[in-house]
Amino acid sequence: MRLINRRPDRPTAVLLAALPFVAVIIAYWIGSEIRLSANPSDKLLPAPETIAATAKQLFTEGDRRTGEILLWSDTWASLRRLGIGVAIAAALATFLGVLIGMLPYARRTLSDFVAVLSMVPPLALLPILFIVFGLGETSKVVLIVVGITPFITRDLSQRVLDIPHEEIVKAQTLGASTAVIALRVVLPKIIPRLIQSVRLSLGAAWLFLIAAEAVAADSGLGYRIFLVRRYLAMDIILTYVIWITLLAFLIDWALKAISRAAFPWLEEGL
Amino acid sequence: MSFVEVTDVWQSYGQRSIIERVNLDVTEGEFVSIVGASGCGKSTFLRLLLADETPSRGEIRIDGGDPAREPGRERGVVFQKYSVFPHMTVRDNIVAAESFPSGLGRFFGSKLRAARERADETLDRIGLGHVAKQYPATLSGGMQQRLAIGQALTARPRILLLDEPFGALDPGTRIAMHDFLTDLRAETKMTVFMVTHDLSEGFKLGDRVLVFDKPRWDPHAPEAFGATVTYDFDARDGGMPFQHILDWYPSLAAH
Repeated sequence: MRLINRRPDRPTAVLLAALPFVAVIIAYWIGSEIRLSANPSDKLLPAPETIAATAKQLFTEGDRRTGEILLWSDTWASLRRLGIGVAIAAALATFLGVLIGMLPYARRTLSDFVAVLSMVPPLALLPILFIVFGLGETSKVVLIVVGITPFITRDLSQRVLDIPHEEIVKAQTLGASTAVIALRVVLPKIIPRLIQSVRLSLGAAWLFLIAAEAVAADSGLGYRIFLVRRYLAMDIILTYVIWITLLAFLIDWALKAISRAAFPWLEEGL
Repeated sequence: MSFVEVTDVWQSYGQRSIIERVNLDVTEGEFVSIVGASGCGKSTFLRLLLADETPSRGEIRIDGGDPAREPGRERGVVFQKYSVFPHMTVRDNIVAAESFPSGLGRFFGSKLRAARERADETLDRIGLGHVAKQYPATLSGGMQQRLAIGQALTARPRILLLDEPFGALDPGTRIAMHDFLTDLRAETKMTVFMVTHDLSEGFKLGDRVLVFDKPRWDPHAPEAFGATVTYDFDARDGGMPFQHILDWYPSLAAH
């Protein structure tokens, strides 16, 4: 039988999916063991038990001075920035995408501009943002917006253009104005794609968030990682990295679930 | 009396001539089938009737009105595909035909309830009452086209344009759809233009069959000349002409 036609059955599939995770954990564990046996005070690859203990401490024990649990306040600060940034970017991109996709005049005016804009490396703009918006929350949110809006805009405007011309003509023969076509035909068909697009750009959004926090912040997950880096506190860094990964995964999963529940017509073929 | 009046219509895209010198008078309530080889401009002609495209020369008037510059409620249309809105339920598709001209394209409160009731009546009449709450993607091809026709007629257009509406259906469904369309037409007395590549379908349904073809052909420049109406058959009475000539000219009976 050809390799392309061989499919794993259910238990094998689960096993295969778990395999890379297990492999990484084992590799780390072995590496850590080797280093620690040579030098018990090695900080580079802390033992998994050490990480677990640190994680438990980080999640439950408050700061010695303020009593505040730093991990949670960092999480809250970062998620707030991420949420505001992504929400603004999504709203802006939907507006621009529908405009560019629907109106030939807007397309001529904006589509090349957005294409060029999306080539600007957002991180290179970070110093400018800090100068213009100060070191506070605004510059971090703006970096996320600047970073992901062009991508989502281009994706959505292309999706609008992909809507079959027949459907747009049909709406016109039913007497719909441009606004009604936008509200009742284009937007409902674009929103699922928007969620898809946001899911794809969440990775970039996290990148920009952590970069901005690393440079200038007084709280946030990225800030904390770069702070404890000075003490080579690998156990804390690793806990934060795993926590960020988990958060990103959960957000992605939630968006997928929302999209499935809210747009039943997508599931039924098309 | 001519209801749809096509005067000297030409259409070309750059150097490419698609349609030339089309003149046509269609009376109200007539069913016009348009047939021809693929690429002969019959779909282009339908788009011109739809006002989705503007002819490079000539004009098309409905009931003496001004030539349209964009599609509107005067013209209903059913395409081979993508004729219903996949993101609306079957019932909402029918309601949309009433609510789209309003400011937000949506009805609220009692108006919505009334429109839904009317939509349910329409759906019962076209045999889709039992699937009112489903999405079009769950329907068979024939049911989707029935919905598309129902939706188009709900907007009460002056003319109905069908672009190979049954082209993607299996033969059995297609015959059922012919009966459906014939019944609906007897009821509404609608003026219909139907593009089809199925000759027998064109003759079966149409009062008139127009054949599009290129009368001029330059082998060195196949795109130089466009197609026009080369035959205009009277398809009533099973395609046999002059069956009612005595009604028109009673004096002939004397001989």
